[in-house]
Amino acid sequence: MKFTLKIWRQKNATAKGEMISYDVAGISPDSSFFEMLDTLNQNLVMTGGEPVAFDHDCREGICGTCSLYINGRPHGPVKGVTTCQLHMRSFVDGDTIHIEPWRAKAFPVIRDLVVDRSAFDKIIQAGGYVSVNTGGVPDANTIPVPKEKSEAAMDAAACIGCGACVAACSNAAAMLFIGAKVSHLALLPQGKVEAAMRVQKMVACLDELGFGLCSNTYACEAECPKGISVANIARMNRQFIGAKLFSEKEKTVRDSL
Amino acid sequence: MLLYSSITKKVFMALAGLFLISFLCVHLGINLMLLKDDGGRAFTEAATFMGTNALIKIFEIVLFAGFFIHIFFGLLVSGQNKSARPSPYAVSNHSETAPFSKYMFHTGIIVLIFLAIHFFDFYFIKIGLVAPPPGVPAHDFYHRTLLLFSSPWYSLLYITCFVVLGIHLNHAIQSAIQTLGWNHSKYMDAVKVIGSVYSCTIAAGFTLVPLFILFFRR
Amino acid sequence: MTRLNARIPEGPVASKWTAYKSASRLVNPNNKRKLDIIVVGTGLAGASAAASLGELGYRVKVFCYQDSPRRAHSIAAQGGINAAKNYPNDGDSAYRLFYDTIKGGDYRAREANVYRLAEVSNQIIDLCVAQGVPFAREYGGLLANRSFGGAQVSRTFYARGQTGQQLLLGAYSALSRQIALGNVTLFNRRDVLDTVLVEGRARGIITRNLVTGEIERHAAHAVVLASGGYGNVFFLSTNAMGSNVTPAWSAYKKGAMFANPSFTQIHPTCIPVHGDTQSKLTLMSESLRNDGRIWVPKKVKDVEKLRNQSIKPADIPEEDRDYYLERRYPAFGNLVPRDVASRAAKERCDAGFGVGRTGVAVFLDFADAIKRKGHDTIDALYGNLFQMYEQIVAENPYETPMMIYPAVHYTMGGLWVDYELMTTIQGLFAIGECNFSDHGANRLGASALMQGLADGYFVLPYTIGNYLAAEIHTPRFDTSSSEFTIAAQAVTDRLQQIKNCGGKESVDHFHRRLGKIMWEYCGMARNDAGLTEALYQLTELRHEYARGVRIPGGLDEYNPELEKACRVADFIELGELMVRDAQQRAESCGGHFREEHQTSEGEALRNDDKFAFVAAWEYKGREVSATLHREELQFNEIKLSQRSYK
Repeated sequence: MKFTLKIWRQKNATAKGEMISYDVAGISPDSSFFEMLDTLNQNLVMTGGEPVAFDHDCREGICGTCSLYINGRPHGPVKGVTTCQLHMRSFVDGDTIHIEPWRAKAFPVIRDLVVDRSAFDKIIQAGGYVSVNTGGVPDANTIPVPKEKSEAAMDAAACIGCGACVAACSNAAAMLFIGAKVSHLALLPQGKVEAAMRVQKMVACLDELGFGLCSNTYACEAECPKGISVANIARMNRQFIGAKLFSEKEKTVRDSL
Repeated sequence: MLLYSSITKKVFMALAGLFLISFLCVHLGINLMLLKDDGGRAFTEAATFMGTNALIKIFEIVLFAGFFIHIFFGLLVSGQNKSARPSPYAVSNHSETAPFSKYMFHTGIIVLIFLAIHFFDFYFIKIGLVAPPPGVPAHDFYHRTLLLFSSPWYSLLYITCFVVLGIHLNHAIQSAIQTLGWNHSKYMDAVKVIGSVYSCTIAAGFTLVPLFILFFRR
Repeated sequence: MTRLNARIPEGPVASKWTAYKSASRLVNPNNKRKLDIIVVGTGLAGASAAASLGELGYRVKVFCYQDSPRRAHSIAAQGGINAAKNYPNDGDSAYRLFYDTIKGGDYRAREANVYRLAEVSNQIIDLCVAQGVPFAREYGGLLANRSFGGAQVSRTFYARGQTGQQLLLGAYSALSRQIALGNVTLFNRRDVLDTVLVEGRARGIITRNLVTGEIERHAAHAVVLASGGYGNVFFLSTNAMGSNVTPAWSAYKKGAMFANPSFTQIHPTCIPVHGDTQSKLTLMSESLRNDGRIWVPKKVKDVEKLRNQSIKPADIPEEDRDYYLERRYPAFGNLVPRDVASRAAKERCDAGFGVGRTGVAVFLDFADAIKRKGHDTIDALYGNLFQMYEQIVAENPYETPMMIYPAVHYTMGGLWVDYELMTTIQGLFAIGECNFSDHGANRLGASALMQGLADGYFVLPYTIGNYLAAEIHTPRFDTSSSEFTIAAQAVTDRLQQIKNCGGKESVDHFHRRLGKIMWEYCGMARNDAGLTEALYQLTELRHEYARGVRIPGGLDEYNPELEKACRVADFIELGELMVRDAQQRAESCGGHFREEHQTSEGEALRNDDKFAFVAAWEYKGREVSATLHREELQFNEIKLSQRSYK
């Protein structure tokens, strides 16, 4: 198969970027999207060009490193997969493929298609945990957890932190990411203890990072490679409203850490 | 208000929006009285009641506050959303989204323009800011309405705006429920259906009046 | 020989750890604040260690090459984590877990370490549940267990097919909490390129900032390596693209011995290679072997017909199918341990019965299971795996059998460590897959997660304290000292040399060649002649690489080719050591199969008299062979016997 690729090239965070056109040929339909890009990069190295930088690591759809906004969709045209699991048979021979980095103020471009997603780490650092130390915890079976709660928590916890939700959102909002973490922990008795404080701290952090607001278009759910439901956003909103209305004054930030 | 958290802003918008949605229901009820063949008596009576009752007067302030909050936060949030993606994509987004949900700002602006026209036509005349058209007393809403709807162009504008409002509402209702966190896996589908039926009813109900006047009252 | 002292505490194996903990020295909380620790890697071992050490009050710096600690490759582990909880009441105990692990590792692991691992396994589950890890549960709300290869009890805890992900996110959340508190500082997108020794002790590292290219110096009172395994030496493996040996290899060159480098686990159920541009292999969970039946055609004529697509797998009648695992191992059937299943697949394919376009694949057939249990049950059990397979291969496993082939998955070898997880360099610790300690010559399923977290949460925080108690008077280090300057300069020189060698081929070109040599001669089956040949080819390759690689871009910018270049240079050197190790070990054990040493039925034949030792290699210079040191393994608790799965 052969393709025309239009790829965003940008030397570094401050440089001006542009879309550049490349041709690749001799691609097997069984190749993954990244193997196709590997081929392009091999050609570029051999011909004295600079290879295209893109984020990737596990190449089996779980680490969340890969990104790429392909033909107007994060992770490309196939639903429920990451870019690394996308195969060239999902395209038509001779196609022109547009490849861009995730676009959001909170995800600045580092080079070419690589963006900085440390904003997600900051959100988790703001409260995406249960405050227990190693040691001194009760036996694992002390608190029974209803199976359906545990399953719902697992659904939310399946988030791989890739940022497709932000990339797809017309407002570059990170509500699905944060909603998934808040939901995961709030659904479990272990996480419930500090749920009210957690949601307030995480939302406060989110607002500082320059993400947009949710307008419930649900593009995030449609593009999430793990199919995480927007019901998690609603659950977080409920948690947040409850926490704002009913938590005691002065209890939120000071005692947090 | 600028410093409210993102969710708080959205909650205010949602609550104000739901309030405005309920107001539309009352407004539609009064408008439908125009269809009655009684020379505008029922309609005028209702309009007079709405214009003079003390409780309604207080409610009017709440209503304006509702408009203000919804529009203010709407603009604020849209600005913030715009700034969250300073460099746009070269290829516009193809992701699957809830119907028309991406155009809430656009439909909202159209409705806002209509609201302004509507105020010039009725409310500002009532409170004396704008002079009534010649031959119609300031408080005679019935004949004002007939006069306006006798123009096919005005009617067309009116109908268009209410179709746009219907589109706005279709997403707004379930979106407000989602924002307020009242969603539930069992009932969310029903909420979406009810929202769509309600928005169609509002759009159709308001559209009915100019059509009726255009075709049966001229 | 005297250099290798494992410092195993005295006393019966069951009370060693308790005795150690009671006797080890402690650091007072005020002093902990004055002590710095560097942790390299944020997988299960690194993240859990960094978080736990931060909680204790040490000042921790943690490094990862990924953009976020959450992306370390532990995240890809599917099946589960073992613990001797005995919740199902099926007779499990710490002793049984210990026994199974030693036996599974074909008697090449250290008893004391493995017993400790089994002992702390239960605490891991408790902690993870408290962190909010959503393990699978029964309807009563209690934790569910499943069984895994190599054990007769159900002791595996799991979170769907994403256990590694959930455990890593638990450790990542604990780490994030410590970062927010200021106890841990995160350095992401950093390659660790060297270890710095001051007066013989590990005191720091040299890193390259992958975004800016800056060479940075970091000092600490102790350095912990948790940089994972080196399966990528084979180019194609189930490891992440960035997984590398460089931090461990730099430590090796500074004096940390490398143990059992040739012990590699080849996982039997992976999706076969599709072609020359393939970059990565994908694992299909071991759990598939519970219901799938593995077979190849009995007749070569059918193999040919399959290959030219004139018949479909389903067209081959039952009597013409060779269910070779069921034939060879009637007792365990399709559930034999990984090394045995892998070798059997290779044997059939080498004999010309392999299926698929390339002839290097075997069928994993669910037709019987679907008939017996129904489509819906199979879907509930394996639906996500079937989907993944279909996405990659574009064939529907409900209709046609899956094709699988073994692939490199895990490396049991690694830096030699003593009972305290300290390498032969004072103050340099190695935990998780990065060390060699607990899995012997073959790792059992669901044991890697257990070991990573045991090391990080429950072992290292004690043992490092014992070392640091003597360091409380050592002031913080100045990174402008001559040791740091020399190390940083050496790293810069090396990068410049690689960059400027002016070659013509890409890094991947050499990496693929390296992989081919390793897979061919040092893969599932090895023999003396092949290993000699490999050594020759690897030396050639190393020389060619030094003058033949082409690196575009500059040193002071984001440059993925340069990153790969350093990693591959180290992989080539490691390859040589692996081959030497495989050659010296003239026996077959676990994943190490020497063709000269097999039973008449083709099974692995150990030689306990000569080879019941850990082979620890000491670096002597680039052109000089490494020196072999032996740590003799003492088996006091367990009697050595031949593994049999027939």
